[in-house]
Amino acid sequence: MDPRLSLAVGVSRLSATALRRLGWGGGTALPGLLTSLVDPAALSKLSRQLPAGCVVVAGTNGKTTTARMLATILEQAGHRVVHNRAGSNLVRGITAAIAEQSSLLGRVRGDIAVLEADEAAFPVVVRQTSPRIVLLLNLFRDQLDRYGELDTVARAWGEALNALPTASGVVVNADDPTLAALTGELAGRRLAFGLAEQRFALDRLPHAADASVCRRCGTAFTYRAAFLSHLGDYRCPGCGFERPPLDVAARAIALEGLERLSFEVTAPGQQPWRVEVPLSGLYNVYNALAAVAAAHALGIAPELIRAGLAATRAAFGRLERVCYRDRSLVIVLIKNPTGLNEVVRMLTSARVEAPLLILINDLDADGRDVSWLWDADLEPLAQTGLPIFTGGIRGADMALRLKYAGLPEERLRVLGDLPGALDAFVSELAPGQTGYILPTYTALLALRRALAERGVASAFWRQ
Amino acid sequence: MELTICWLYGRTMNIYGDRGNVLALAQRCRWRGIEARVIELGVGEPLEPGRCDIFFWGGGQDREQVAAARDLQGPKGETLRCEIEEGAPLLAICGGYQLLGYYYRPHRGEPLPGLGVFDAWTEAGSRRMIGNVVVESEEFGELVGFENHSGRTFLGPRARPLGRVRIGWGNNGEDKTEGCRYRNAIGCYLHGPVLPKNPQLADFLIQAALQRRYGEVALTPLDDTLERVAHSSAVRRAQASR
Repeated sequence: MDPRLSLAVGVSRLSATALRRLGWGGGTALPGLLTSLVDPAALSKLSRQLPAGCVVVAGTNGKTTTARMLATILEQAGHRVVHNRAGSNLVRGITAAIAEQSSLLGRVRGDIAVLEADEAAFPVVVRQTSPRIVLLLNLFRDQLDRYGELDTVARAWGEALNALPTASGVVVNADDPTLAALTGELAGRRLAFGLAEQRFALDRLPHAADASVCRRCGTAFTYRAAFLSHLGDYRCPGCGFERPPLDVAARAIALEGLERLSFEVTAPGQQPWRVEVPLSGLYNVYNALAAVAAAHALGIAPELIRAGLAATRAAFGRLERVCYRDRSLVIVLIKNPTGLNEVVRMLTSARVEAPLLILINDLDADGRDVSWLWDADLEPLAQTGLPIFTGGIRGADMALRLKYAGLPEERLRVLGDLPGALDAFVSELAPGQTGYILPTYTALLALRRALAERGVASAFWRQ
Repeated sequence: MELTICWLYGRTMNIYGDRGNVLALAQRCRWRGIEARVIELGVGEPLEPGRCDIFFWGGGQDREQVAAARDLQGPKGETLRCEIEEGAPLLAICGGYQLLGYYYRPHRGEPLPGLGVFDAWTEAGSRRMIGNVVVESEEFGELVGFENHSGRTFLGPRARPLGRVRIGWGNNGEDKTEGCRYRNAIGCYLHGPVLPKNPQLADFLIQAALQRRYGEVALTPLDDTLERVAHSSAVRRAQASR
C-alpha cells in the first residue's frame, strides 16, 4: 500500500461526494486538483496498476462518443473498464475519474482504462499514463483563443508521440493528413484506419478545412476523395506524401436517417464483417470505425465489437433524445465549424423539416470568440424550409450568421438566454412534434439544468 | 452595377471567421441589387491592375503569413500598393494588417517585410492579447470585435488610427490606439468578424468601390436591426468580461 496515494484517492472521493451533495454539479476539477496536490504522481501510479493498460483517445471531435463506444465494446469482452465518462478530459478530470473508481487503499477497480484527453491536455496525459494504445481521431480548427493555432497543437502532439514508450501502439485516422504525418515515424507500431468508399465524397473542400496543405513541403493536397473537412484520400503533388495504406477500413457505408448507420469493416486477417450503430451522420462512422480499429488492436473479436457497437447509446448531448411536454427533443452538441458543418449535413441529408434551436454561449469552455460561426457553412440550412430559433448568450450572433447565409428573416427568431429560450422553443412545437436543439458546450450544461428543473433527464455525471 | 471582391490569400489566411467579412460585403451588395463577384487570389497568382474593386485580407497562421509576405515582394505587391494609393478600398485584419506596415519582426529570425502602405510596424510580443474589444472611431462610431494577437503594432507620426480602444488591448496594449487608416484602406485587429456587426464599415468600403468604378452613387439603406442587436450584445459581453 502507498499511504500517500491512498490519501490522495480518499481526498478525491470525499471532495467529489461533497460537491455532489452540495449540488455543485459533477465535480471533477476540484477533486482532481486535490488528488494531484496530495500525490502529484497519482495519475501515473493509478494507471500503471491496470493489467490491460490504458487507451488514451484524443482528437478535436468525437472523443466522447468514440471513448464510450470503445468502453462498451471492452465491457462486452468482459473487461472492467475505468472511464472518464463525464467528459472531464483535462488532467484533473481524468485523475478524479480514476480515483473515483479506486478503493480507499488506492487500488483501481478495473483492468483497463479508456481515457479521453483534451487536445491541450493530451501531451501531459500521455506522459503520465504511458498508454498501451493512443487513439488519434482528427485535428480540426477549434477554439483558437484557447488552444492556439492548429500548427501549435500539432507540434505539441508530435513531440508527445515521439516520446511515447516503444511498447505503446498508435491507432490513427489516416484520412487526416496532419495525423498521418505526425505518426509517420511510428510506422512499425501504427494501425491506420480510414474510409474506403467513394460515395460520401464532398464536391469540394469546405471552408473550414484548414489542414489541406502538406506539412512537409507546403503544397496543397489533391484529393481523390474528401469525406469530412480535410479528412479523405489525399496526395501531395509536391513531395508525394499521401494517405498511408489502410489497415482497418470502412466501406459500403449506409446512413439510415437519424436512426442508425452501418458499414463493412475490413481488417487484416479477417473476412469483411458488418457493424451497425444506433447513431447517425458520417462523423459517427468515423467514431465507430476508430473504436473498431482500437478494439482490433486490443485483440477483441469481431462479434464482441459488433455487440458493443450495437449496445452503444448516445453520449451526453450527442444526438441525445429527451421527451418533454409531449414533444421530442433531439440534442446535438456543436463545438466548432467542422462539427457544425457535419450536423448541418446530417440534418439536411436526412431531410429534417422540424424546427431548430441553436444555442450559442461564449464562456471559457465554449471559446470566448464566436467568430467560428462564420467558418461553418450554414448556407444549406437556408435552402431548407425549417424555422430556426437562436438563443444563448450570443444568440444574436448566430441569427446574424444565418441572415448572411441567406435565411429569410421571417424564418429566424432570437429567443434570448436559457432557460427562457427552452420554454419559448417548446411552445412553438406542436404536441408530438420533434425539435432539434444544437447547443455549444456550456449551453448544453445550462439546457440540461433547465430540463432537470422541469423534471426531465438525469444529471450527466450519473451516466 | 457589379463589383469584384478580391479575397487575398483566402485559401491560406482565413482563420478566426474572417471570411464573414467577404460574405458581408457580397450580401450587402446583392441586397441592393449590385452584383458581387468574389475571387480568391492565392500565392503565385498575379493581380491584374483595375480588375478588382474591393480587397479583403485576413489573418493566418505564421507559416501562411510568411508565404504571403514573400509573394508580395515583387510586381504583385507593387500593383496592390498602387491600387491602394489610387483609392481602392481594402480591409485587412490581423496578419494581413501587419503586412501592410513596414515589417513584422518575429521573436527569432529576420523581419518579414510588409508593403509599407501604413506608417506602422509590428513586433512579436510575449503576451497574447485576447478578448472582446470596443473601439471609438471618429469616422465610424462605435466598433466591436474580438482580438487575438501577440504581435504589437506601433503607428508612426503620419499614421491615423482607426480609433481608440475603450475596452481591450488594441494595436499594442500600450497607447490605446486600434487599427490604421490610409485613403480607403482599413487595417485592424478586429475579428468577430468585424463587418457584419459593424455594417457601417462594410458600407464605407462598398460606397468607395462604387464611387471609384461608377462615380457618385447613393447607397440604398438596408434594415440593420439584427446587426444592431448583435452589435449591442457583443458590446455587453465586452463590458462584462473586462
